[in-house]
Amino acid sequence: MKNKVISGKVFVLGNDVDTDQIIPAQHLVYSTHSPEERKLFGRYALSGVPDNESGLPYGGMRFVEEGEYRSIFKIIVAGKNFGCGSSREHAPLALNVAGVEAVVASSYARIFYRNSVDGGFILPLESREIIYENFSTGDEAEIDTVNNEIRNLSTGKSYLLKPLGDAGDIIQAGGLFAYARKLGIVKSVEVE
Amino acid sequence: MGMTITEKILAKHSNKEKVSAGENIWVDVDILLTHDVTGPGTISVFKQEFGKDAKVWDPSKVVIIPDHYIFTNDFHAKRNIEILREFVTEQGIENYYDVGSSRYKGVCHVALPEEGFTRPGEVLFGTDSHTCTAGAFGEFATGIGNTDAAFILGTGKLWVKVPETVRFVFKGDMPDYLMAKDLILKIIGDIGVDGASYQTMEFAGEAIHQLNIEERMTLCNMVIEAGGKNGVIAPDEKTREYVKSRSNVEFTEYFNDEDAVFSAEKVYDVDDLKPLVAMPHSPENVDLAENLSDVRLDQVYIGSCTGGKLTDYIAAAKIMNGRNVMVNTYVIPATTDIMRSLWIERVDGKSLYQIFYDAGCKIGNPSCGACLGGPEDTYGRLNGDEVCLSTTNRNFPGRMGSKNAKVFLGSPLTAAASALTGKITDPRKFI
Repeated sequence: MKNKVISGKVFVLGNDVDTDQIIPAQHLVYSTHSPEERKLFGRYALSGVPDNESGLPYGGMRFVEEGEYRSIFKIIVAGKNFGCGSSREHAPLALNVAGVEAVVASSYARIFYRNSVDGGFILPLESREIIYENFSTGDEAEIDTVNNEIRNLSTGKSYLLKPLGDAGDIIQAGGLFAYARKLGIVKSVEVE
Repeated sequence: MGMTITEKILAKHSNKEKVSAGENIWVDVDILLTHDVTGPGTISVFKQEFGKDAKVWDPSKVVIIPDHYIFTNDFHAKRNIEILREFVTEQGIENYYDVGSSRYKGVCHVALPEEGFTRPGEVLFGTDSHTCTAGAFGEFATGIGNTDAAFILGTGKLWVKVPETVRFVFKGDMPDYLMAKDLILKIIGDIGVDGASYQTMEFAGEAIHQLNIEERMTLCNMVIEAGGKNGVIAPDEKTREYVKSRSNVEFTEYFNDEDAVFSAEKVYDVDDLKPLVAMPHSPENVDLAENLSDVRLDQVYIGSCTGGKLTDYIAAAKIMNGRNVMVNTYVIPATTDIMRSLWIERVDGKSLYQIFYDAGCKIGNPSCGACLGGPEDTYGRLNGDEVCLSTTNRNFPGRMGSKNAKVFLGSPLTAAASALTGKITDPRKFI
């Protein structure tokens, strides 16, 4: 894990944000590895969120400005079951390309969580309680991954996060392949 | 303490005598499934991590079924099919069902069993969340992302956390107005879209074993809509008959030990259930079809891995026979085999195809179609604020295209009845 403290602006979402909201299906056609096409995943990240729920509490906020592919928001705070729906790895990838470093949700859908960890795209953190109602889109926040807490710098209040648990070793390694190489399950690839 | 079906399968595939829920283990993979949306990304990760000349661990265990964005003019979607074509040639993968060839199949989760790749006791991973469909055959089957799939391509292994099992028992005889779709909507309505997170959902009871294989697939297909890791149904004579007529590979059947431990058990009596509909915008937002009779529809969609199988069309045809639809009604069979069966299978002497055609349905080519929206030129896609009743699996905002559209989910019986009236209609009105 690169950062012990992640700080930045927060984008707030509610419960059951599914993968179609994170990256709508018509955008899954782009190459995940071509540098130019990959930017499009950032451009359309969270473009499927209904307008009245995009950037709570008021909604109507753009996550990525028109024509851009990077977002000004580095942290997403959401409710339960974040990333439910499809197995598309494009979902955590799109958030990564848009510049998101961490998501703090009270729970995750299993495949989204696994993809985030195994692909090393974003840090999926779990809050101990539902906390999205305590944040407003645009608030500045700081995540302390050593002490397992998120501080809302705009309100001065802190909220506890759950420890990383079983996936911690893979997160620390930076993803499934890095982890498997450490264990000797996968050999290093000779880079030409 | 005994083991569940899922624990037994995972123990066998990790060379252990015993595993228990919560353990993290490495398992050997029997089949890896991928398609045109997630395949190209998987191939990219595989080459990046194992080298550009790397070979897959076992070409006979990789199955690639393009099905998502097939009948579209989208440039990138077409390019992605070419990536699959090049890869299977380079790797010597024979289990490829190319677009524009006589081998083309359609929706991977239905094509996979049809082609004999689903067997009791096996471990199947697929780069699609509805890979869980194959739990209907008494195997462990679940969806994964590109990175995990690339890892399997190179090693034939993946780590999994052994899930707990929650059991759903359905007692009684299935009434003719209910389908598997009603049973799974009942469960999701009760436990919510994260009610079985990380768990195996096992379906048992006499009503379940009365269901044919396609209906069992519908049940297992939607466990992901309750957050489930996999669904499973203990194999029986119907399973054996279906699998042995399509595959020569030996398989092992696993059953729960008498003292297996379940996280919970829920018992339903099918006689107490009525046709159900999930309202926008969540599969857990369930109500009785009879309570929604004032909802006017713009479209009905009968298709997908969930609701586009032969059983689904026989059910719909029984209601539509000799009648006419009031709204745009799409019939998009999951696979080419099912499309052919529409011409052969008959209700009251008329082919299903004839019944749907005469009723005024729009019959389209086998693929995932508009179930997941897809490129804007996808046949049947919701591009505005339409209200649609669909036999598909999800109705989160924007699932079938526009996020302004409203999608209701119901059984093929409910869909057919609603197509005839233009409003959400309990199929008992026509049975």
